[in-house]
Amino acid sequence: MSKKKSKKTTKRFDGRKPDELRPLKIESGVLPHADGSAYIEMGRNKILVGVFGPREMHPKRFSKPNMATLRCRYHMAPFSVDPRRSPAPSRRDNEISMVMRYALEPAVFLERYPRSVIDVYAEILEADGGTRTACINAASVALVDAGIPVRDLVASCAAGKIDGQLVLDLGDYEDKEGDADVPLAYMPKTEHVTLLQMDGILSQDDFNGCIDMAIEGCKQIYEVQREALKKKYGLDEGEAN
Amino acid sequence: MSAKFENRDLVVPGDVLFEGRIRTGDNTFRSNGHVSASRIGLVNYNQGMVSVISLEAGFNPLSGDLVIGEVIDIDLGRWIVDIGSSENAFLNVQDAIDAPFRSDIVMPEILDVGETIIAKIVDLDRRRTPILSILGPSLGKVKEGFIFRITPSKIPRLIGKKGSMVNMILKATGCNVVIGQNGWILIQGRNRENEMIVVKVIEKIEREAHISGLTTRVQEYLKELKEEIK
Repeated sequence: MSKKKSKKTTKRFDGRKPDELRPLKIESGVLPHADGSAYIEMGRNKILVGVFGPREMHPKRFSKPNMATLRCRYHMAPFSVDPRRSPAPSRRDNEISMVMRYALEPAVFLERYPRSVIDVYAEILEADGGTRTACINAASVALVDAGIPVRDLVASCAAGKIDGQLVLDLGDYEDKEGDADVPLAYMPKTEHVTLLQMDGILSQDDFNGCIDMAIEGCKQIYEVQREALKKKYGLDEGEAN
Repeated sequence: MSAKFENRDLVVPGDVLFEGRIRTGDNTFRSNGHVSASRIGLVNYNQGMVSVISLEAGFNPLSGDLVIGEVIDIDLGRWIVDIGSSENAFLNVQDAIDAPFRSDIVMPEILDVGETIIAKIVDLDRRRTPILSILGPSLGKVKEGFIFRITPSKIPRLIGKKGSMVNMILKATGCNVVIGQNGWILIQGRNRENEMIVVKVIEKIEREAHISGLTTRVQEYLKELKEEIK
């Protein structure tokens, strides 16, 4: 890849500007049997998240005496990628489940429900890069929809570098072909970063640039999350009385 | 020292409701000198206090609540009851048959696993586990009817001021409805049509609990549904 040539390009392979998010759609309360749920379409990612609890933890020996446990499950459907993927949880699935938990835990008032568990199940129906960030976005909406007290919504998106250019919200192709990507989760109101990972190599300046870019992206996503929650009550344009 | 929203505005967790000193009510928390919402709901500023009337919330058991639950297990001397809260409730033998536990009592004959009960929370023990009782009028084992569940935070709207809303539904349909504070509702009617009217009305109340003029809308909806049957 020649950097000289690519630095001139301003548009990305899918026609987006460097600091433009993929089309984003979030819906809350889509699963009637879950306590809370959300559906997200982030580019071509399609993800369903269901939240159950707080409820009694089984087996009981894993419960914590002073706080609730947050259990996350990230799972890709066999048909979510080409070629077909085994439905058994892989090493990657386990890691992303943990990453989701770490990203959401600081937001939830876990200390209000000692000895119980809150289950978050994320099911990837279609994957197109950046599924962990999309899962966090949907899970945060689903937690609020379940009536679980939280400090703030958690918005998440990635920034990275491809052909010498910093870009926001990498898709599958950019993820694989790019130089680096930095997934980040952020609580916009409290201004806390709850997740920061990096894959690839970046200079100090580029890394800082990526973080600033991802935080700006998170702020845009936060607005969509808010709208999704309000839309369920038909109050997006009017007020309640 | 200023309010950030109007009364009854819809707020989302994290929204700053008030800057400065004020008492904090339900579903709010204090951090960095301001008060924020912790649940989605309608904000309420009242007499030096800020609170959020939540639109989504789990069941928070309190002493005195009437609940409907399902027996899920039997221990020595007590039944374990699922009431939809973060912890299962206990029903001790002396709170079920008004006599102390004796070794010759066959507990499944009194209440078996899978049976539904209408109970009252009489106490929360030192671990905040709800303790139930089925001693009292209209409490005890449920013999007929079916259970319908809604979000527990909508129960006050379903009951209405001094029971006005639920009484209206009872009068219109002739069904017997028992509302548990945990969001479990027992419906017993003379026929399926009337029971379905109750279900539809409850669904409407759950959907529109936060919009004003609910009583009149429910009244019209009831009339509509009854005419459909005729």
